[in-house]
Amino acid sequence: MGIRPIALIIAGLAAAGTAWAQDSDEMNIEGLEIVTETEAPEHLENLRTIYSGWRFRTDETQSLQLDDFENPAFVFIDQALDAFDEAGANGNACSTCHENGPEEFAGFTAAMPKVMDGKLTTTEDFLNGHRAETQGEEPWKWSSQDMQQMVALIGLQSRGMPVDVAIDGEAAPYWELGKEMYYTRYGQLELSCANCHEDNYGMMIRADHLSQGQTNGFPTYRLKQAKLISRHNRFRGCIRDTRAETFAEGSDEFRALELYVASRANGLSVETPAVRQ
Amino acid sequence: MKHASVLGLVVALGASHALADIVAPTEVVYENGAVATSLSGAPGDPDSGAEIMNKGAGNCIACHQVSALDHLAFHGEIGPPLDGVADRWSEAELRGIVANAKLTFDGSMMPSFYKTEGFVRLGNAYTGKAHADGEVAPLLSAQEIEDVVSFLLTLTED
Ligand code: HEC
Ligand code: HEC
Ligand code: HEC
Repeated sequence: MGIRPIALIIAGLAAAGTAWAQDSDEMNIEGLEIVTETEAPEHLENLRTIYSGWRFRTDETQSLQLDDFENPAFVFIDQALDAFDEAGANGNACSTCHENGPEEFAGFTAAMPKVMDGKLTTTEDFLNGHRAETQGEEPWKWSSQDMQQMVALIGLQSRGMPVDVAIDGEAAPYWELGKEMYYTRYGQLELSCANCHEDNYGMMIRADHLSQGQTNGFPTYRLKQAKLISRHNRFRGCIRDTRAETFAEGSDEFRALELYVASRANGLSVETPAVRQ
Repeated sequence: MKHASVLGLVVALGASHALADIVAPTEVVYENGAVATSLSGAPGDPDSGAEIMNKGAGNCIACHQVSALDHLAFHGEIGPPLDGVADRWSEAELRGIVANAKLTFDGSMMPSFYKTEGFVRLGNAYTGKAHADGEVAPLLSAQEIEDVVSFLLTLTED
């Protein structure tokens, strides 16, 4: 590892004059201030400052996130709002019980995933269990739009609040596993999350401007795919691109990785639903 | 059947150089990270090397800037620019770096292009699926490594 800093300096010099780091834009969504840069949480040994992925995007992509009327993710938020009022198999709609609307869920996403009843639980897990229990409904598929738009609607209620997931107590063993995965060099290209998102954020890798790979904006609307992307779908893609056998969406491994990655954003604002290239 | 096709291959290659001259990924001798002799037993083709820099499993410019390849879009910034690299490294050193950079740069992020074992969750190319049991092909073949090295040797500052 000793040579790394030298390579970084050389690469940095090569890129001087181009936009090679995060920009200095500030995010404010219709009066709501969003923290896109803050001191790294204590458990993060190798970073001093954490940045939202928004800071690495082009001005055009950034601007789409500053106005909910322009943010294409809100088409899906609206669909989730409709679904919130639709009766499930047993006649109950979400709104039957949650009479004050999704606003009741403010703060929920900022602390997810977390251990519930002895098991590390993501919002997707919670929703599938909760729908079965309260509506007699079948589970949604992890990355389906039905699922991700509801995950996004719930996430939106925490927008502007600091990410604050627990990493100690019952969460500790999951967090440790996630951390180990983050630093594992997978696949034939032998690349870890850290190689790209910790050691080289701000750099170009071919046509892509590397961010810190934060999840505080998820589910994100990806312009390229014109839909909401789940956290696990993004993880799957990043691991696949190392020419590795990836993990399944909804696997225990990805739950653990989700917790660890979320903890790297502790202190940044929830930005759901973010817009990405 | 299988026998026949293997023989066919040997005959086809026989005209220029025998298969036996190819050094298998597991047999490469590295001296301080450098590899003294051609992995394919044949000289490299710099034009083919330039192509490999840009595409497929090579894609070196994903991480490196190369002025001689200015006509190609999107050069990465992860590794140092390769301009003048032939002034900094010998042919043997460059061959070693391209074949397995980790033996020159400890813990390097640069992929090992001529290596077939020791991977964690090796996949079947970019499918996300597991690699089926059986022979693992290195990212670049012996001849492709030679082609890339011969291209790198054209990158002098003067
Ligand atoms: C039969 C009533 C009922 C239905 C139907 C129902 N819920 Fe709930 N929900 C509850 C109760 C009770 C709780 C736990 C008490 C609380 O935290 O509000 C809860 C908790 C939640 C929470 C966690 C809140 C927190 O802060 O811990 C979320 C999120 C949630 N529900 C979303 C939904 C969604 C989305 C739907 C429809 C898909 C839905 N609920 C349908 C009764 C219901
Ligand atoms: C070869 C480099 C590479 C590796 C290795 C890699 N990623 Fe990524 N990742 C990218 C690129 C490129 C993007 C899109 C641009 C960006 O936001 O960095 C991305 C985006 C992301 C995003 C979305 C960020 C946002 O703001 O929307 C997350 C989350 C992410 N990666 C997590 C991971 C995790 C977790 C791992 C390890 C399992 C990983 N990545 C491994 C290259 C990589
Ligand atoms: C994932 C990124 C990545 C890819 C892809 C990559 N390299 Fe590298 N390369 C690096 C890094 C980083 C270094 C700097 C050494 C170090 O400190 O790890 C480097 C160093 C080098 C060096 C030494 C440069 C010098 O001036 O000291 C050469 C030569 C080189 N790479 C050639 C190649 C070739 C040829 C390819 C394609 C076959 C390639 N690289 C693909 C990341 C990469």
